[in-house]
Amino acid sequence: MQKLVIIGAGMASGRVLEHLRDTAPDAFDITVFNAEPRGNYNRIMLSPVLSGEKTYAEIITHDDTWYADNNVTCRFGEKVIAVDRDRRVVIGEKGEVPYDKLIFGTGSAPFIIPLPGHDKKGVVAYRDLEDTNAMVAAAAKPGARAVVIGGGLLGLEAAAGLRLRGMEVTVLHIATHLMERQLDEAAGYLLRRDLEKRGINVILQASTQEITGGDAAEAVHLADGTVLPCDIVVMAVGIRPAVQLARDCGLTCGRAIEVDAQMQTSDPDVYAVGECVEFNGNLFGLVAPLYDQAKVLAKTLLGQADAFKLRELSTKLKVTGCDLFSAGDFAGGDGREDIVFRDPGRGVYKRLVIEDDQLIGAVMYGDTGDANWFFGLIKDGTDISEMRDSLIFGPAFQGGAQADPMAAVAALPPEAEICGCNGVCKGAITAAIEGGATDLGAIRATTKASASCGTCTGLVEQVLSVTLGDDFVRPAAQPVCKCTDLTHEDVRRLIKSQELKSQPAVWQELGWKTPNGCHVCRPAINYYLLADWPLEYQDDLQSRFVNERNHANIQKDGTYSVMPRMWGGITTPDELRAIADAADKFKVPTVKVTGGQRIDLLGVKKEDLTDIWYDLNQAGMVSGHAYSKGLRTVKTCVGTDHCRFGTQDSTGLGIKLEKKLWGSWTPHKVKLGVSGCPRNCAEATCKDVGIICVDSGYQVSVAGAAGMDVKETERLHDARTEEEAIEWVAAFVQLYRENGKYLDRAYKWVAKVSLDWVKETLSDDATRAALNERFEISQSVYRKDPWADHNQTRAALYQPLADLTQEAAE
Amino acid sequence: MNTPMSWIDIGHIDDIPLRGSRVVKTRAGCLAVFRTTEAQVFAVGNTCPHKGGPLSEGIVHGTSVTCPLHNMIFDLETGQAQGMDTGQIPTYPIRIEAGRLLLDAASVSSRSAA
Repeated sequence: MQKLVIIGAGMASGRVLEHLRDTAPDAFDITVFNAEPRGNYNRIMLSPVLSGEKTYAEIITHDDTWYADNNVTCRFGEKVIAVDRDRRVVIGEKGEVPYDKLIFGTGSAPFIIPLPGHDKKGVVAYRDLEDTNAMVAAAAKPGARAVVIGGGLLGLEAAAGLRLRGMEVTVLHIATHLMERQLDEAAGYLLRRDLEKRGINVILQASTQEITGGDAAEAVHLADGTVLPCDIVVMAVGIRPAVQLARDCGLTCGRAIEVDAQMQTSDPDVYAVGECVEFNGNLFGLVAPLYDQAKVLAKTLLGQADAFKLRELSTKLKVTGCDLFSAGDFAGGDGREDIVFRDPGRGVYKRLVIEDDQLIGAVMYGDTGDANWFFGLIKDGTDISEMRDSLIFGPAFQGGAQADPMAAVAALPPEAEICGCNGVCKGAITAAIEGGATDLGAIRATTKASASCGTCTGLVEQVLSVTLGDDFVRPAAQPVCKCTDLTHEDVRRLIKSQELKSQPAVWQELGWKTPNGCHVCRPAINYYLLADWPLEYQDDLQSRFVNERNHANIQKDGTYSVMPRMWGGITTPDELRAIADAADKFKVPTVKVTGGQRIDLLGVKKEDLTDIWYDLNQAGMVSGHAYSKGLRTVKTCVGTDHCRFGTQDSTGLGIKLEKKLWGSWTPHKVKLGVSGCPRNCAEATCKDVGIICVDSGYQVSVAGAAGMDVKETERLHDARTEEEAIEWVAAFVQLYRENGKYLDRAYKWVAKVSLDWVKETLSDDATRAALNERFEISQSVYRKDPWADHNQTRAALYQPLADLTQEAAE
Repeated sequence: MNTPMSWIDIGHIDDIPLRGSRVVKTRAGCLAVFRTTEAQVFAVGNTCPHKGGPLSEGIVHGTSVTCPLHNMIFDLETGQAQGMDTGQIPTYPIRIEAGRLLLDAASVSSRSAA
């Protein structure tokens, strides 16, 4: 009888044994080595063991009796030290075993990031029963905390299991959404939301820096300074094929042991199967292809012809209640069509990718009932042109159902507040409709909803429309862009009421028709999110227009203009020298004094931006935000310091206002002026906010314009003191930030909501104080110099990725 | 033209922000390398045929970019202007291998000669 030795008792080699037993039980004298002190168990079912839904005994595939019954000699718990292919022996810790045929089933090892502290006690991978038991033990301590590094399949299963065991769990993931290799952003967002609902904290774009503690891990530190105390750290960032033994004995290895379609290695008597295999450049981690390999290998050993073929794979997550599916290729592209279906009410997202009349990829979340049908279409390359229109509805489609753009409103509960000004909830409006109100005017008259600031008008109309159906004729409203039917006002309100805190959340919950928006909606949504959730939402520079991304104004030739801030228009000889030096050093072609009382350096190359900023920073200057939908300048006159007419320190007040407001983002640009007397040398009465100093105090006026439209400001409030003036100005700016439509200057916004409403709102002391408080919370994030910040964190992005001009010509 | 492919490593995919772009300088002018999803990249000419705007500075959405100067939109895979506009930017073979970005330098230089 031929001697067959197998190194590794995993799922793939276990399947080879089963095939041999079924087809030729007496063909080989078999010995199996395994480093783990046990035989083959169903490793992919470790997640239910971790969560407590199953026991280890339930996931054993081959127990001792099975090996005995099938005459397999077990060398479990014994490591293989070497393979001597010349003498055809496997050398174990307890002695040699000769072979005629040898199978490598060495599997893979978890990849451990070599962070400082990765070798502390309590840092585990998630690979085998020992890891699982370590996690179960850690979870036994009351109030225990776990940090899981890696938001892929394995990491999330570990996190869910630990959470079910009662631990506080935080998942750290380096990419911008979870499971980025299997899911697109929208599905990743829904997954995150469901995990967070289960109490799992998810931190994306997390850069882990070190694990600290004594002998045992006590905390994980992130690059942004976050410290996460913990009792256990689970690293689930990936696996690497275990090929050292194969490499040491001289088998040809790439990233893993190279095999042909018969699973034969570079040595004709040596085979490999499972995760340690590389076939045509591919590695394997999911179980389906491993079982295919096992079948082919068993036949090869018995001299029967068969060949291993790559096939399409699909992914499901084994977390109870998180229903997701992904298969095929779901990257967008030309020649590829996306069919997207979103049902925000049910948290359902489906996306199909079609190319040449074939389904080539699918991502689904929340409803995966038809997943296998779609997977079949992908695998078979079925021509779907006939069913293209109804494909997304699945095999049971009976015709009809369309995604309802009103679903977001329809899904609001009766107690959801519609009109914030008058405290009117959805239920009150539907009651009014049932009582006979059929249009906006009637709703306003009976409930006062939308009768004050009017920003909820669109929503009231939608409630009318949802309730009355076709009986309501909605006035045509301008949607944000082609990605949505919702207006800016709708989107702003829904972001607040549904607590949408990320762009994927907006796209999904509000039923966006494109995968990730367009150049029109993205800057608007980015603004609304950062204005409403300053602490939770991270400003997305890729959703910003170039000027705000690069913190400089792009010119028609692709160069930039650089303008440092001059607080209240005051400068010093040192600052002027530094500006002159910078202009010389970077060969700035044009130096211009601007209308906003500062100096513009025009014609700076992108590559030079960070350097010129550095020089200006060194001289104590910061960005003037001359490019932003945000606070621009505060223009002043010299006031009482020098002017014989001046009534107050207008320069000083201008500087105080600029120092309070700078760095804040607004729906459109905001310019201020402070004049020391009614002669108004600072031209304050055509600014977004203008202050005229008088003997008795400060006249605060708003909503002026001096651009495409010219308009004088309107008086908002007469303040007695500087502090009072500043408090009113900040409250006005914050009210505009919270309610304005993106790209409406303040005067356009005030015209829409009426100055009376603005006055009435701001004249309430508590409201004004609350607005000031929210403004300061936002400023705690945004009142900082972006030039210094980009020099620290993004300098490389200002340089070319590569310079091939030095490459030799072909 | 049957110039053989010659792949040059120009950087790591994570050097480009998601829905962002970086410039590659060549003798034939600048290319823009776009990252449209976690693992999808495109290489195209950086110059908008309309008024010469740097496309690498545009907002990236789906597999398109909007020129920052006058909002002309290009499909990154075909290089075709979208909507009512007409125009074409050159596209170049690029692929990702183990996270590294490989650009076909031969096509860059052969097209510059053309």
